[in-house]
Order: sequence, then C-alpha cells, then structure tokens
Amino acid sequence: MVAISVDAPEVNRRHCQKLGFTYSFLSDPKAEATRRYGLLHQGGGPNGADIARPAEFLIDSKGTIRWVNLTGSVTVRARPEQVLKVFDDLKLASAAGP
Amino acid sequence: MKRRWNFWLWAGFLLVLAGLLSYVPVFALFPLTRDFPWVNLLLFAGGAVLLLGGLKRAFGQPDLYRGKILGSIMAALSIAGIGFFMYGLFYVARQLPDSAAAPRVGQKAPDFTLPDQNDKPLTLAELLASPLAGAATARANGALLIFYRGHW
Repeated sequence: MVAISVDAPEVNRRHCQKLGFTYSFLSDPKAEATRRYGLLHQGGGPNGADIARPAEFLIDSKGTIRWVNLTGSVTVRARPEQVLKVFDDLKLASAAGP
Repeated sequence: MKRRWNFWLWAGFLLVLAGLLSYVPVFALFPLTRDFPWVNLLLFAGGAVLLLGGLKRAFGQPDLYRGKILGSIMAALSIAGIGFFMYGLFYVARQLPDSAAAPRVGQKAPDFTLPDQNDKPLTLAELLASPLAGAATARANGALLIFYRGHW
C-alpha cells in the first residue's frame, strides 16, 4: 500500500511522522504519475496549484487494475474495511498464490 | 415590568455555532459523521427550532421577552453560516474533475518512479515484486495506490 501526493518528500515525511503512517508515502511534485493516472485536478490546490483528485486503485501482482474508486466528494474516501472487502471478494490472495 | 431574557435564542444560536465549528475538528475525523454530516445537520435543525421559538416569543410577546433585534441578528448570522456550510460541503467539496482518462478495471496500471518520504525512489514494479511483511507468499499479492490531494 502506498500513498501519493504532489507534496515534497520532506513534507510527506513530517506528515507521516505526525500521523504515525508507516507505509510508503510517495512524492509526485510535477504531477507526472498523477497525470498518467488521469487524476490531475487543475488549480485544485492552495493558490491554484495543480493537485491530484482523491482516488484509490487496487492492482494485482501482475500489474492489472482490479478496482478503482473515484470519489465524488473530497470528504468521502474509501474506508479500510471497504478496501479489505474488495480484496477478499476479488480473491487476490489466492489468485496470486502458488 | 422587566422583560425576561430570551434563553431560546441564545441556545439556538449556540447550537448553530457548535454545528458550524465542530465538523472540521471533530466530526470530519470519523467516517460515520464525515461522509454525510448528519450530526451537524441535527445541530442546525435543533438550533433553528430554538431560534424560531425564541423569535416567535420576542415578536409575539415583546412585553414579556427580549431579543427582537439581537434575535434577528443571530438568526441572520445562523442562516448565513448554515448556507456557507452547505455550499462548502455539498458544492465546493464535489467540484472534482470526472477523470474520464483514469485507467479502468482490467487495464494495465501505468508504471511510475517516485521518491518516498525518505527520498528513496520506488517504482510500481518494485512495489508489486516486494515481499510482503509477515506473509507466507514470497511476493506481494498486489498493491493499493492511494492518491491524496496533499497536505496543506
């Protein structure tokens, strides 16, 4: 599981320390990956900065997208139990097993 | 005769204020009260009922109750505040691009190389090939990418 935002690594590091996040928090300051995933929100950030719209992607071990969540409101995000259920329903665990 | 303090007006205004000020620091922290701000809407509803009752008393029995002017001001401020709240939460918060170009289910996830919070570059391919901590399988079963708007 990784998070991605347009913030600098330094900002993300402080953010992770403050909130106790232990997963990788990636930095996409030029919004390259954000653009590649079609998620650019032009002028959506402070002072008209380009940012990513909130979104979640579940990708299997072969690199295929298995689930996409594009929220309609910044206040509504995917919840952990929701993603775990999707993970179980897709049976990603067994599909990727030996 | 000294007119009585119109308690309902104040209680109503305080409820509306509580509804306005509690979303971001309190109720936005819990999915149950964040996704739909029903606690705040209940506070607004309670405040509106009390304000209306207080205004009715102030205007209906002006010899008994105070609050015609102050009550009107508090009611106007409440309407403006609630309007601002609704506008922010039900309009501004939903002004997101529809992202029609986002990759769909079944498509290959675009690869990327991005620095993590310790400035160490990470690619999607590495992420998918990385061993899962504590898992029996040698490789990760997949990856969850979470795009955030950022921290400000």
